[in-house]
Amino acid sequence: MSKKILVLAEAREGALRNVSFEAIAAGKKLSNGGEIVSVLIGEGISSLSQELVEYGADKVVTVEHDKLKQYSSDGYAQALLAAIEAESPDGIVFGHTALGKDLSPRIASKLGSGLISDVTSIEESGGKLVFIRPIYSGKAFEKKVVNGGLVFVTIRPNNIDPLPKEEGRSAEVTSLNVDITDLRTIIKDVVRKATDGVDLSEAKVIVAGGRGVKSESGFEPLKELADLLGGAVGASRGACDAEYCDYSLQIGQTGKVVTPDLYIACGISGAIQHMAGMSNSKVIVAINKDPEANIFKVADYGIVGDLFDVVPLLIEEFKKIKVS
Amino acid sequence: MNIFVLMKRTFDTEERISISGGKIADDGAEFIINPYDEYAIEEAIQLRDAHSGEVTVVSVGSEEAEKQLRTALAMGADKAVLINIEDDVEESDQFTTARILGEFLKDKEADLIIAGNVAIDGGSGQVGPRVAEQLDIPYVTTITSIEVEGQKVTIVRDVEGDSETIETSLPLLVTAQQGLNDPRYPSLPGIMKAKKKPLEELELDDLDLEEDDVEPKTKTIDIYLPPKKEAGRVLEGEIDAQVKELVNLLHKEAKVI
Repeated sequence: MSKKILVLAEAREGALRNVSFEAIAAGKKLSNGGEIVSVLIGEGISSLSQELVEYGADKVVTVEHDKLKQYSSDGYAQALLAAIEAESPDGIVFGHTALGKDLSPRIASKLGSGLISDVTSIEESGGKLVFIRPIYSGKAFEKKVVNGGLVFVTIRPNNIDPLPKEEGRSAEVTSLNVDITDLRTIIKDVVRKATDGVDLSEAKVIVAGGRGVKSESGFEPLKELADLLGGAVGASRGACDAEYCDYSLQIGQTGKVVTPDLYIACGISGAIQHMAGMSNSKVIVAINKDPEANIFKVADYGIVGDLFDVVPLLIEEFKKIKVS
Repeated sequence: MNIFVLMKRTFDTEERISISGGKIADDGAEFIINPYDEYAIEEAIQLRDAHSGEVTVVSVGSEEAEKQLRTALAMGADKAVLINIEDDVEESDQFTTARILGEFLKDKEADLIIAGNVAIDGGSGQVGPRVAEQLDIPYVTTITSIEVEGQKVTIVRDVEGDSETIETSLPLLVTAQQGLNDPRYPSLPGIMKAKKKPLEELELDDLDLEEDDVEPKTKTIDIYLPPKKEAGRVLEGEIDAQVKELVNLLHKEAKVI
């Protein structure tokens, strides 16, 4: 039986986040040929609808209000619950982003439904949808099913491929008027610490530094390499504890869990807590002076050497590829 | 201030993980207070010390969680409550846990509820916001600082690396992110005192809940370890030759650049 799936689109600084398209692709797997309705919430965001259609949305519902300019759990919950009431979906997909993590449990609780969080792949087995998600900091995986009722999942960014973009595809775009009242939490200020908009959890390339980076300025070459590759800079707990960088960059068991296509670990010894945050990356490169460092055990490619020699050379070589 | 902390006893994920019979083998494993809940306990103690009041730490689980609750008491919490579901609930999920906690908290007149933002075992991060929704109070997740002045609360939260400053008011639920504080170790006098502090044990009956009310909405059908990664290649030769080879491999073999 085909199903109607509602997926939440997420915009950041005026552009849709990739996870919005990945959520559409996940929704397709849930829908069994049914309709994908993308919900876009914010203010002055309706121009983003077309891109959602080109990535596979069969309908876009926009909810615009000046109180929705910034995310708040109260505002977004009101908007989303109105969209859910209007569309009566059989399933819901969010990205497992800061927003998705904050909002999804509340919506699930309100709907009295289950919620499978942080899904990295979706399979079908005997006509049933099976959701796979990492547990124990990525050291194990579990397969989960829904015991009937609404299917509600959040998907980890960078794990489910979006559908190919179809330029010029068209679909219905409607706007829903929702009276947003009573925001109990008010954002007073936002300090952007994350590097240049490339968010660690969505980055395709991460260049991470550990204690071997030695100082705050030691992160400069790493940042240059990350910028060159369109990636983000991360760090081990050791580097954060030593105050070489902000805790917002920390990858590991406490800190962020990332799965980029390429993870370049520079001067990171590979403590088990760090590995928990990055060992599921597709390709891992380790650069470390110590040939016995643990990080080489999970690395696909390793260079034994001083990161301050290796990273500048890497930058040069990558520049050559970029030019050619 | 009447403060409640939601605490989970978790498997220490620094331990080696092995599977037996489709479950994580836990014999001989070390169990700890979920690290994010430790931040929650510490923050609750600091807020109580600054504003007076009482800290109650609540856990849903089995009798074995008493040990972690005693640790919380030794850190400085005033009371502990164990909601023991071992005999009543065969299978549970986040819906189950949140439903039980919501039912327990609904008449407690909590000013502030603090939880960890995620448990390092299951890793879903649902219980905090679910409980807030049930109690119909606002919540703020992944906080790195909190200041309370009368009913007014100012919070800084971590949003994927950015910091948001938020104003809200009590009653409120917040979830702790790393960086909120440095949790204390229980002192020896703390450990002695903890033995005499109240640790109440409740079951579903005491909350007027039936097993059906907390029936899970999702089910785990299998648990497995990720495929073992083969040892990679450590390159050899002069550094610049290695770098050239590496870039070539990433470009042609791994095709990630």
